[in-house]
Amino acid sequence: MVLDVLLKIKDEQDGTLSLRRSCREGICGSCAMNIDGQNGLACLTKVDRNTSTVTRVAPLPHLFVVKDLVVDLSNFYAQYKSVKPYLQPAGPPPDGREYRQSREERAKLDRLYECILCACCSASCPSYWWSEDKYLGPAALLHTYRWMIDSRDAAQAERLANVNDQYKLWRCHTIMNCTHFCPKGLNPGKAIAQIKQSVEAGRVVG
Amino acid sequence: MLRRAVASAFGGGARYFSSKSYPIVDHTFDAIVVGAGKCFTGGAGLRAAVGLSEGGFNTACITKLFPTRSHTVAAQGGINAALGNMTEDDWRWHAYDTVKGSDWLGDQDAIEYMCKNAPAAVYELENYGLPFSRTDEGKIYQRAFGGQSLDFGRGGQAYRCCAAADRTGHAMLHTLYGAAMKHNCRFFVEYFALDLIMDQDGACRGVIALCMEDGTLHRFRAHQTILATGGYGRAYFSATSAHTCTGDGNAMAARAGLPLQDLEFVQFHPTGIYGAGCLITEGSRGEGGILRNSEGERFMERYAPTAKDLASRDVVSRSMTMEIREGRGVGPEKDHIYLHLNHLPPELLAERLPGISETAAIFAGVDVTKEPIPVIPTVHYNMGGVPTNYHGEVVRPKDGNPDAVVPGLMAAGEAACASVHGANRLGANSLLDIVVFGRACALRVAETLKPGTPHKELPGDAGEQTISRLDKLRNANGSLTTATIRRNMQKIMQNNAAVFRTQESLEEGCKLIDECVETYKDIKLADRGMVWNTDLVEAVELDNLLMNAAITMHSAERRKESRGAHAREDFTERDDKNWMKHTLGWFDWSNPAASKVKIDYRPVHMQPLTSDMEHIPPKARVY
Repeated sequence: MVLDVLLKIKDEQDGTLSLRRSCREGICGSCAMNIDGQNGLACLTKVDRNTSTVTRVAPLPHLFVVKDLVVDLSNFYAQYKSVKPYLQPAGPPPDGREYRQSREERAKLDRLYECILCACCSASCPSYWWSEDKYLGPAALLHTYRWMIDSRDAAQAERLANVNDQYKLWRCHTIMNCTHFCPKGLNPGKAIAQIKQSVEAGRVVG
Repeated sequence: MLRRAVASAFGGGARYFSSKSYPIVDHTFDAIVVGAGKCFTGGAGLRAAVGLSEGGFNTACITKLFPTRSHTVAAQGGINAALGNMTEDDWRWHAYDTVKGSDWLGDQDAIEYMCKNAPAAVYELENYGLPFSRTDEGKIYQRAFGGQSLDFGRGGQAYRCCAAADRTGHAMLHTLYGAAMKHNCRFFVEYFALDLIMDQDGACRGVIALCMEDGTLHRFRAHQTILATGGYGRAYFSATSAHTCTGDGNAMAARAGLPLQDLEFVQFHPTGIYGAGCLITEGSRGEGGILRNSEGERFMERYAPTAKDLASRDVVSRSMTMEIREGRGVGPEKDHIYLHLNHLPPELLAERLPGISETAAIFAGVDVTKEPIPVIPTVHYNMGGVPTNYHGEVVRPKDGNPDAVVPGLMAAGEAACASVHGANRLGANSLLDIVVFGRACALRVAETLKPGTPHKELPGDAGEQTISRLDKLRNANGSLTTATIRRNMQKIMQNNAAVFRTQESLEEGCKLIDECVETYKDIKLADRGMVWNTDLVEAVELDNLLMNAAITMHSAERRKESRGAHAREDFTERDDKNWMKHTLGWFDWSNPAASKVKIDYRPVHMQPLTSDMEHIPPKARVY
């Protein structure tokens, strides 16, 4: 994988090279970067074995670079926090145990809860490049929908109102780079479309 | 607005100290948690931080990784709790399994506390929003897991492991981080903790940490410091652990003169992917997966006639190693084993094991619906760590009391040794450990401390030694790179403290690791900068790993019996008369002797906490 190559370079050729890495198996989301023009995780990206071409590695685009491949994600994290990524139920569970949820209701969280906050999606989105201070970006919106669609959550109206803004939500122009580059195969573009439909319908759609 | 607030905005003006190039920023909190991100303990740090914030304590969480990047995120199988959603269940049965799994090295008071509090801990996570898989009745889904039985081992396999598909650790960590968002915990992200600040009375008064973004140093003063820094899997060449699992908290405690407990017990997970080392959950066997040797035989039937593939991890790892040694390994080198899932329905794989199906495809090139996964026992978890009582308070022997509390210092998760795992941890007991003891730490702080309690002054020279060590390291100009020394250490640990051990391998290991420790003096760094200097951070992590590795090897050499994960070919039996005791290992860099390690022992707590549970007397451990 590309991560192994980068670590070999760091170990054997240039100890000053800086990058984030941790799990090396695509679950922690640390090693997101741009490889040959495409955002992805270095630990899941196979090395191009054609030695006649050069592989180009760059930090995630349109984010402030701290050093080498390390970018400043504080705005990305603040946007995540702003969507209140936690359950807001109507009250405590009736029997003091778990909130009941059918298998079908639970299945609606699949392809949403698996997000690893790597920022490959947001950093590939031209709308986000232009308005990253005002547009929430695909990752934060995916999480908005993940909580909205959770049968245990009771804050749907508040969540919809929070994002229904010409920038926060509606700067998405369905370019779909987010979905194309998600290393976990998720579909933030679809989640955003479902939020838009929900705003129009006045209730959560999905 | 996009830029992170500068350090001085956190309060406590920057000033220069000790060395002109290192500005120091001072902070004061009621309590601090070190490590929301590292290994199996990230969840513990977050759980403690959430609990402290709920209790009204001014709390900071200091972590070298953004919290959701901690290695808790990689836990797959689930979390044990006797909810009884699939069959009748009882926490006492869970406690029995845990004591048996620990090979009677676990402290029965701490085990009672953990198993009794498990259901409440799991319901709490569900109520925070954790997306557990569900039963037909809409309850939390529970799967079979290794070493879990009903009715004190008499009632067959238990279904006790609460799961969110095969991504339970990921779901838990993100849920806990969300809960922390709700409570506005203060996070110091990508701050690398360097040392504990101790006073003359031996109390912990806080920590000193390096802000990786700008190289500033920060002294955090607190009434309680909770270590949740995870394990040190990266002391080995091949591990399921993340690159960041470097035992930093263990080493910080050891540098403060405190002992580390039971480090010789290193868990090899039976199913790491051959070559890549990535984890394939035990849940794959819980859902019906089977291990087969080169003859296609389901060999676990011979080694564990009742539990078969779901015997305890140490048992399965040893059995696999035996098969390979006897020439029944698979592959061209006959050096690994096959894990078959291809007899299971594809729908089940898609619903319950989607994550490992993907991992197997990427890292082994295997379609699990058609082919077996090549696997090998791989270093996975450290049962040992900083010794604590069941409240999470760090203990060490003092004035004849083996359980004397270190004031101001607590530990939870893989960094701690409560000890609920003893000589061998059961699968899905680690996610439980982290939430139960993360919560226990928060509760203990609430019992012993009032929010806003005034602080004493820090010792005048607090952190000075740390800064001179860091400065020396940053300018180190020896002949060996961090990577060279690290690789050497990893090879020694892999070769000499493996699944099976002998006096010969361990004695040689002690000699080699002591020599390797000495080579650290000759380290060379390339990066002299202050901004995101990972060369410097990796060099400190190597210091930490070496301390853990050396204590591990020496503890293992001393223990002349086989118990749990410590399997000696020359002492094949468990010896309760001489060895039912916890090892304590001290490491002192300033010790001029060939070995910097000192070993002693403390008793196991054999009695449970209350009369709710009966003492479980030692007996032969058969699965």
